[in-house]
Amino acid sequence: MPSGGKANPALYGGMPQAPGPGGVAPRLLEFADELRREGMAVGTSELLDAFAALEAVTWTDRDDFRGALSATLAKSQEDRRLFELVFDRFFFRAVEREAMERQIKEGSPGEGGEQRIDLDALRERIRAALRAPEGSDGDLRDLARLAISAFGRQGEGSGVIGVDVQRIRRTLGLKGEQAAAELPDPDSVPRDRLREFEGHVRRELERALIERTGSLPPARPLRDFDRALPTGAAHDLAEVHRVVAQLRRRLATQGRETRGRSRSPAVDVRRTMRLSLQTGGVPIELRYRPRRPRRPELYVLCDVSTSVTSASVFFLSVLHALHDSFRKLRSFVFVERISEVTGVFERERSFEAVSRAIAGDAGVADVSGYTDYGRVWLEFLEQVTDDLDPRSSVIVLGDARTNGREPHADVFARVAERAGRTFWMNPEPRLYWNYGDSVMAAYERHCDGVFECWTTRQLEGFVNAIADLRPVQSPSA
Amino acid sequence: MEFQSIEETRAGLGGAGYLADESTALVSFLAQRLGKPVLVEGPAGVGKTELAKALARATGRELVRLQCYEGLDEARALYEWNYKKQLLRIQVESDPAGAAGRGWREVRDDIFGEEFLLPRPLLSAISSEKPVVLLIDEIDKTDQEFEALLLEVLSDFQVSIPELGVIEAKTHPLVLLTSNNSRELTEALKRRCLYLWLDYPGPERELEIVRLHTPELSEDVARKLVEVVQMVRDLDLKKPPSIAESIDWARALLLLGAEDIDAETLRTSMSIIIKHRTDLDLVTDRVGVKLTDGLIGSRQAG
Repeated sequence: MPSGGKANPALYGGMPQAPGPGGVAPRLLEFADELRREGMAVGTSELLDAFAALEAVTWTDRDDFRGALSATLAKSQEDRRLFELVFDRFFFRAVEREAMERQIKEGSPGEGGEQRIDLDALRERIRAALRAPEGSDGDLRDLARLAISAFGRQGEGSGVIGVDVQRIRRTLGLKGEQAAAELPDPDSVPRDRLREFEGHVRRELERALIERTGSLPPARPLRDFDRALPTGAAHDLAEVHRVVAQLRRRLATQGRETRGRSRSPAVDVRRTMRLSLQTGGVPIELRYRPRRPRRPELYVLCDVSTSVTSASVFFLSVLHALHDSFRKLRSFVFVERISEVTGVFERERSFEAVSRAIAGDAGVADVSGYTDYGRVWLEFLEQVTDDLDPRSSVIVLGDARTNGREPHADVFARVAERAGRTFWMNPEPRLYWNYGDSVMAAYERHCDGVFECWTTRQLEGFVNAIADLRPVQSPSA
Repeated sequence: MEFQSIEETRAGLGGAGYLADESTALVSFLAQRLGKPVLVEGPAGVGKTELAKALARATGRELVRLQCYEGLDEARALYEWNYKKQLLRIQVESDPAGAAGRGWREVRDDIFGEEFLLPRPLLSAISSEKPVVLLIDEIDKTDQEFEALLLEVLSDFQVSIPELGVIEAKTHPLVLLTSNNSRELTEALKRRCLYLWLDYPGPERELEIVRLHTPELSEDVARKLVEVVQMVRDLDLKKPPSIAESIDWARALLLLGAEDIDAETLRTSMSIIIKHRTDLDLVTDRVGVKLTDGLIGSRQAG
């Protein structure tokens, strides 16, 4: 363990220009600190484990080093993802800083190789490398450098690394493979390999930038968006489903979790007496009555308009998952008007069929494509007014953007009043609420809970709330 | 047998019929070296339980298994007093007419001895004379309260019994906890464990696994089988096929004497890897067609 870790400013100032004491221990502490800043719970005991683990492996091997750290520090899949991101960034920066101090330069990719690079030949090589199931990391990196230098001749970079990466990708004509169902496109390459390649290009561009300017740009915290739910069109639908599949499994077990025998306070006299026969009529062991889980009656209203297109795919699949777990569930979709789709979900088991049916003939009056929340409340209240009672919960999935129309918050208040609980899930970060035509505040007053919902964790917080297991609280913290 | 290096761990597991990837070998090695429990997570059927069995075989230890279920309590997991035997003892001893009649005081001290203790998996794992592999299967199925019960066992390898005192481990068990991730485990439990995420293997590794378990199956069929299974897993199924199921399928094909996997073979033997009616339809639609068109298997040939 390092001495005087507390006094080391490196722990608190992020990446210092002048590094603290040498050796691996302070570096690791900095790394752990960076993980903590990204929201991972890294305790002292975990750090001690990490040190112990490093003693057991040969940590000159990068994979073993990374493996030992991740096994001891990152204890869930979510954490694992974060760990990978931070690990790459941290050690990339550490190496660059070291190189800067020692005045080592690799030469920026644009300067090397005087011979003309044939773009077509390069394109083929990269494509072949990406299709090979197990290409070495170094090869990809070399190709990335070649690609950058070839691209450098075509014109200047935009100065924004993210933009440059995409430009290079387009220039090379690299496309990710579509979902498995489509016919294979001869030009496409496996998606994750492509992402890997993009990562290399990005790192090389960053390296070149650092060498040019001679300084490390400040480390930005990973934006929350990097960890957001896979809702964007850029992500695979399959990825959305993976998240939802997990949610479904959790929902399936959730009701039962509280049904454990020990939880119920009531003794089951009949079973206890029956058992006591074994011990000569002395009731030594008590049997408890099983507790019936509370199955809430749910009304889910889901916005499927264009302003939430990416989110609505996600919402629909959440709805699909909910249908598997809650029997008393009525679903509605709305854009300008509302329509009930409970039947569709009950009839169709597969998600594709459901989304097709809803897109096709669910009867959503989608004249303008603009959401009309006010009208939706009026219609909703009319449809279910007799059924809403204090045992039921109403869940709205939407961004509360009214497109300038009358929000009819008073009608929504009536809905909330009749229903036992009302929740709102908003696919936008809280920061954007009430800006522009969002009237979240008007509705928020009437809800028992409003949730941002764009990361898995937030989604889970929400699910816990509707399953009534934990106290309702906004999981935004 | 103690593993001395990661390579040795991998070789040992391989010898026990388990092809470990880099991180599995690393974490297994670390678990043994640091004496830490391992929390293994991953989808159903990727070989989490199998890993524990293979570790037991490779290290020559006995496997003690605790299958978790909801409502599992300490009487089933840790220890229980043998009430019936105690009751008998009390009746015999306190009978004034009996020859061995003694006072209640003596009997009371007597009935809370080891003789009347029924060890359950956790207690027997740590009190075993020889080191064992302890598998706590599907920990996510239990209640959160049960996790708290595990903490003492997992961090200090001891069990406190109020009437007897603390029973400490004579040997250090190798502990594996598996979870299907159906609920979030508590921080306290995770803190005490190393973490291993197992996922479905890539085509190359799955091919190796299938070949290891059914060496008689021809390489072409095995390769095609793996390709189909991987493709099926990419579909949005209710239950994607596990590794165990691809092995079962390979065995079935061997029994059927299949020379090739075509749409017909798939249709007849599909029920081995697909266990839902809607999934069956989907796979017939998507994969069966490709088999007919000869789209699968051509990549290797061409």
